[in-house]
Amino acid sequence: MDLGELAACMGSLPCVITQVSAGLTIGLLLFLVASGLTLIFGVLGLVNFAHGTLYMLGAYFALSAYELTESFLVATLAGTLGVAVFGLLMERTLFRRIYGADVLMQLLVCYAVILIMDDVVKIVWGGDFLKMDMPETFRRPPLLIGGGIVPLFYLVLFGITLAVALLLALGMSRTRFGRTVRAAAVNPAMVASLGVNTSFVFAAVFAVGSGLAGLAGALSAPIRSVVPGAGVSILIESFIVTVIGGMGSIGGALAAALLIGLTRSFGSIGFPLFTEGLMFLMMAAILLVKPSGLAGKHLA
Amino acid sequence: MRRLSGWRGDVLAALGALLVAAVLVLGLGSNGLVDFIIRFGIFGLLVLSLNLLIGTAGLVSFGHAAFFGSGAYAFGLLMQSGGWSVPAAILAALLWSALLALAIGALCVRLSEIYFAFLTLAFQMLIHSMVISWVSLTGGDQGLMGGVPKPPFLGIELARPTHLALFAAACLAVSAVLLRQVIRSPFGVALRMLRDNPQRAAFLGLSVFRYRLGAFVIAGTFAGLSGVLMSLYVSGAFPTFLYWTTSGEALFMIMLGGIGTFLGPLLGAATFLFISDRITAFTEHHGLFFGAVLLLLVLGLRKGMLDWAVEAWRSRRERHKA
Repeated sequence: MDLGELAACMGSLPCVITQVSAGLTIGLLLFLVASGLTLIFGVLGLVNFAHGTLYMLGAYFALSAYELTESFLVATLAGTLGVAVFGLLMERTLFRRIYGADVLMQLLVCYAVILIMDDVVKIVWGGDFLKMDMPETFRRPPLLIGGGIVPLFYLVLFGITLAVALLLALGMSRTRFGRTVRAAAVNPAMVASLGVNTSFVFAAVFAVGSGLAGLAGALSAPIRSVVPGAGVSILIESFIVTVIGGMGSIGGALAAALLIGLTRSFGSIGFPLFTEGLMFLMMAAILLVKPSGLAGKHLA
Repeated sequence: MRRLSGWRGDVLAALGALLVAAVLVLGLGSNGLVDFIIRFGIFGLLVLSLNLLIGTAGLVSFGHAAFFGSGAYAFGLLMQSGGWSVPAAILAALLWSALLALAIGALCVRLSEIYFAFLTLAFQMLIHSMVISWVSLTGGDQGLMGGVPKPPFLGIELARPTHLALFAAACLAVSAVLLRQVIRSPFGVALRMLRDNPQRAAFLGLSVFRYRLGAFVIAGTFAGLSGVLMSLYVSGAFPTFLYWTTSGEALFMIMLGGIGTFLGPLLGAATFLFISDRITAFTEHHGLFFGAVLLLLVLGLRKGMLDWAVEAWRSRRERHKA
């Protein structure tokens, strides 16, 4: 523990800016994963414990696509769309069978998927730590804002994530499809009897949620190591985010993800060994005071 | 009268099982078998205690390994401090696990279903983080190193694998009889009623909170004993004992065997350990094969093995009657 160092950092603007930018990066990546998780839970009632695996696959897909084409755009699209398609296949073959099953059953199926995919990834890409090269365009000296160090790629990441968050929020609230999804979340039988193919709606939601995780994985590939099992730690953090924000709430997920991101980045200075503990402490406190989370149980 | 005979039946069955274990350990004495019996004792105890919460009380805990790990650490630390005999250290470790379960349970059992599950998980991971960051006491992420001394008592030398195997089997057998008694007692009946219809039970004047807390403490205490055995087995205590994967494995064993019968979880634990060993023996891609077997079993049966068998047998008997 080094709380003195944390206090010193809080006292200097450059240090605060550096840590905030790092915290926002962690938080926004986490938001992409958690929003997919919360969307799938809110609409399908499925606690997708295998969601971290989708994130990991996104990173590997992006890595391979980048090696082939050297294009950041192609890599990001490959991560997003590739995982969306993968998620769609999983939903049609596997998860479709366990909607409405009890949470233990869902846990067991997801656990099997995690075990299988971790090994498949090891067979295809090997078990070593891999890293995607930083794309040429972003290989510039970091920006100095108010004395703080902010890598250019972080700003790109902020832009993409915020655009996606906005698109998701508008898509859910303004489009016909978004309204159908929200209705199907509340009463699928009624929606089906109005002539909507709810099975299609569910599959689409799963694909979108998977795509979000894939996008997060793809964006993380240049700044984090890509390794089998990477999905597990992001899964745990996404769960904390989802619970703190409120299961099913996308706005709550955004607030909670930023909270956790900042906790992580400042905690790494003051109490590196207990950062995770503090996150779980916050989760426990929220559950005790308001189990439905910061934002309750509504879809944004 | 019937309850008495049921009790006697349990004791006889437990003695029989123990006798089989003793013959296997002393008669055949292959290392693999002794090792398997020790691990079966450990995980059998863990899943039986967890199923008191899940199967009987309907409380799905994702954080049961908190008590498994705390039992292991408490026992390991006491034995390393010197001056404690094995039985005294076991009792102290059980008391510690019970107190921890009382504190955590008092906060958790108020919540229902998925929120209960997440809160137990949060507390478990909180304890995990504390163990990781309190390096001077626990050894941090290296775990409790330097071995756990096992001075002999009453002629039992736990440093010898055969003795440990019989000791673990005996702990499991005694605990199984005790837990079965708990489930059969009026207390257990009340727990099942709270599981199926908490409102009705509350109308009848039962304190939902007290019964659930009672079950949580009993389950935590037996999980603590299982952790003590683990600490004896690996001669140490490690943070993974407290990690969510350990709780996860216990849940999978229970799901595999079935939550509806008393022996289901034990069958699940044995199957899980057996399949896991077999697969490790022939391939390095353990997860791939193990995951595939799990998927086939879960999606094929849609429930635990023993639950499935009991149901199949019942429906067959119905058909014969008709």
